[in-house]
Amino acid sequence: MPEPAPSSTFTASGLAGASASGAPPPPGMARLVLPRADGRTIAAIFVGGALGTLARAALAEAFPGSATSWPWPTFAVNIVAAFLLGYFVTRLQERLPLSSYRRPLLGTGVCGGLSTFSTMQVEILKMISAGDWGLAAGYTAASVAGGYAAIHLATGLVRRARVRR
Amino acid sequence: MSVLVWAGVMVIGGAGSVLRFYVDGIVASASGRDFPYGTLVVNLSGAVLLGLITGLAVTGDTALLAGTAAVGSYTTFSTWMLESQRLTEERQYRKALLNVVVSLVFGVAAAALGRLIGVHL
Repeated sequence: MPEPAPSSTFTASGLAGASASGAPPPPGMARLVLPRADGRTIAAIFVGGALGTLARAALAEAFPGSATSWPWPTFAVNIVAAFLLGYFVTRLQERLPLSSYRRPLLGTGVCGGLSTFSTMQVEILKMISAGDWGLAAGYTAASVAGGYAAIHLATGLVRRARVRR
Repeated sequence: MSVLVWAGVMVIGGAGSVLRFYVDGIVASASGRDFPYGTLVVNLSGAVLLGLITGLAVTGDTALLAGTAAVGSYTTFSTWMLESQRLTEERQYRKALLNVVVSLVFGVAAAALGRLIGVHL
């Protein structure tokens, strides 16, 4: 029997792993609390983010596109990063013992640095500005469907592997 | 393209990721855990910034460092998708759909706003 997914909590970096601010604030009381993170966590995010960003930037520089062409570099890194994040987070959350640096390094760092939301939005904006609504709609739909499917697939792969054990 | 520029891409990319961690954490602590507002705030603010950089029409190494490295690493597609997928796993379909649609609609609007500001600066 597959166990139910643990209820996700949207804390520091969504699913960064490092405990954010301890107890949630009482209802009706909004407080800005800096996430508590030790130097090791921050260093892990930094190193992972540097590597993910390097890979994405290298791809973007190697394959420059125009406003009305399919943005393959962005599309590819986003789908790959979604698959990796789904894999890492499910594995680290549901399989492996708690680790202080794996999730910040691989999830928040590598996957967060590798994937990008802002570039995708500016690409969609340029497609719309160029009058290519079809490309804008196709790219948006393919990114969301592909990203969602990648997370779903990676999560399923990890959970199935555990059940067989 | 020099080694120094690529070293800069890495340092800035690392810093952008750490900034995302903090902004996300601060917003999440204020907004509660029911909806991934942290990622939403990160992504929308990043879309404004990248739109601004696009409007300023910077090119070459400046665009690579400020746009691709800094703002690109600050925003995230993977966490946005993960949080949406986890919401559907919890049968929170309305929230999942809202997370996708609001990010997309306001994301393009944020980028357009940033570009408009950048063009007029």
